[in-house]
Amino acid sequence: MAVTRRQPQSRRRRSASVRPFPPGWYPVITVGSGPGGLQTSYFLRRLGVEHAALSADPGAGGMFRRYPLFQRLISWSKPYAPVERGTRPYEWYDWNSLLGDAPGHGALVPEFMDGKSYFPSRTAMERGLAAFADRARVPVRYNCRWEGTKRTDDGFVLVTSDGEYACRVVVFAIGMAEPWTPEVPGMDLVPHYVRTASPRAYADKRVVILGKRNSGFEVADALLPWARQIILLSPRPALLSIHSRSTAGVRARYLLPYEDHVLGGGVFVLDAATERIERTPSGYRVYAKGTTRPSDFALDTDTVIAATGFTTPLLDLRTLGVATFNQDRLPALTPFWESTTVRGVFFAGTVTQGAIGLKKHGIPSNSGGVAGFRHNARVLARHLAETYFGITVPRAGLRRDNVVLHLLSEVTHAPELWNQRSYLARVVNVHSRERIEEEGILPLSHFVDVGGPDAVAIVLETDQTGDHHPAVYVRRGGRVTEHVLPSDPLHNFETPAHRAQLTALLDGLL
Amino acid sequence: MSRAELIDTLAGLALFADLSRPQLEAVAHTFEEEYFADGQRVLRQGFSGSNLYIVVSGQAAVHVDGTQRTILSRGDFFGEISILLGEPPVADVVAMGPLRCLALAGSEVETFLLAYPRVTYRMLQAEARRVRSTNLWR
Repeated sequence: MAVTRRQPQSRRRRSASVRPFPPGWYPVITVGSGPGGLQTSYFLRRLGVEHAALSADPGAGGMFRRYPLFQRLISWSKPYAPVERGTRPYEWYDWNSLLGDAPGHGALVPEFMDGKSYFPSRTAMERGLAAFADRARVPVRYNCRWEGTKRTDDGFVLVTSDGEYACRVVVFAIGMAEPWTPEVPGMDLVPHYVRTASPRAYADKRVVILGKRNSGFEVADALLPWARQIILLSPRPALLSIHSRSTAGVRARYLLPYEDHVLGGGVFVLDAATERIERTPSGYRVYAKGTTRPSDFALDTDTVIAATGFTTPLLDLRTLGVATFNQDRLPALTPFWESTTVRGVFFAGTVTQGAIGLKKHGIPSNSGGVAGFRHNARVLARHLAETYFGITVPRAGLRRDNVVLHLLSEVTHAPELWNQRSYLARVVNVHSRERIEEEGILPLSHFVDVGGPDAVAIVLETDQTGDHHPAVYVRRGGRVTEHVLPSDPLHNFETPAHRAQLTALLDGLL
Repeated sequence: MSRAELIDTLAGLALFADLSRPQLEAVAHTFEEEYFADGQRVLRQGFSGSNLYIVVSGQAAVHVDGTQRTILSRGDFFGEISILLGEPPVADVVAMGPLRCLALAGSEVETFLLAYPRVTYRMLQAEARRVRSTNLWR
């Protein structure tokens, strides 16, 4: 192999004017400088895992350098919250800032918000990410494009625009921002969401939007003041976040077109499968068949926008053996976000939704958004440090009489558990009554499916009625049992009743 | 698996044999495709909040208290009993090799079955066959 093995970074002379991470061998390579890549690199560095961070982009930000198209995010960052900004509980109120282990590294996005909305603007988000890379000193080799991948006896070689990089482990934080369209005749004639023009360009026009997820409704919302008519079209009924009780549905801020449809104001939301699209002298004709009620549509329109979603730019990873699902758009991942079929290939960022978890009550993880995957990054970094590089992160001991209070405090306040409901768990290992250790945050599916010492895990769960409550998983003698604790109207799970129930549950374990 | 392949696969499953092409499109968008690696648990005995699964490819083993009872393969579905009864599953279902399933949240099953009565009828037929098989073994 032509790649040379490099000295540890600490022994190399670095200067600000020299691009970091020249081609060579590194224990770990991370690819991407969006929030997933920056967060993973940050935590790896904090744990002392040497790695090279590469990115095709000229600077930090990833997809937020371009999207959302209409310049406003769909998740909150609340400058004023019930808890102090910059503290760990504040992370629940600020879904967009990356996490920091040191003062000044976290809660950066609100610094750049202008008070017009509690959803940050795209530029505020991009500036927040750039500030994180700068203040937390996360070096990245920018303008270095990953172009191919080879397997070697002891890892991988990444072929890049700057040369070849070898590594034992690779972490792809490559986002999911590559336009995706279904195989429908004529679909190639219409622009994808990413090529949507300025709303003014749609003045007095009839617009058909293919897709009824967030991007489809985002476009419809932006065109409401301009378009003559808007038709949103996709096979299944629109799923709204207030009904799905998760961020998987259309967010409330884009519901004006839906309300217009319900009131009969000129927006139509149709459940229909597109059969083909044809050009006409004045625009397009979209042929579709109703799905929830039989009907044939031939919709004449001035323009069509394919808001049909995105896929992961996996390049040659499928050829390498990485299994995919979700119509070939996501890699299939283990609970620690490693490819289920190619060991040593990990993913970070929004692609971590490839590890589904338990999906209790149908509620998916929040790994598709920064709020969720930033926590995954911390767990992933520790997993890599401990399983691949022999770095042991010390566990704090817990007093027996403090375990119940600790777990209930966590499920009431921990951002990891609220951002990743029934997905990430707070775990306490009980090696003996005298040796009880705080194991930290782990994927719940790992805890319940992989053996280990006697232990207790707690998660925040939401059920089909929308009720938020703690769920406790107790492992005794290798067998895991589930116990649901009651909810509380003010989400306070530290009440005497909760203490009494959890104490009884753990009787004999502690 | 592309969308077209998924719809073709659905069309070949007994459960969806009565549906039109547009209805199959809607089903393909209503269910989520999920992938499970060898040995991964899909359904967990005694855990609440589980979902309905239909095997698209691969095989899965049904374990009750650690003992294997049967093997599920393409076209089989599981998880419906606990959803219909509102009780946790009484078995583990574990992937035997790579397993692809379509999954529907438990909370959406009633709406789905009412919207597609022909699917409900096919499901009842399958349940009847299971009851008959169970009785034959007594």
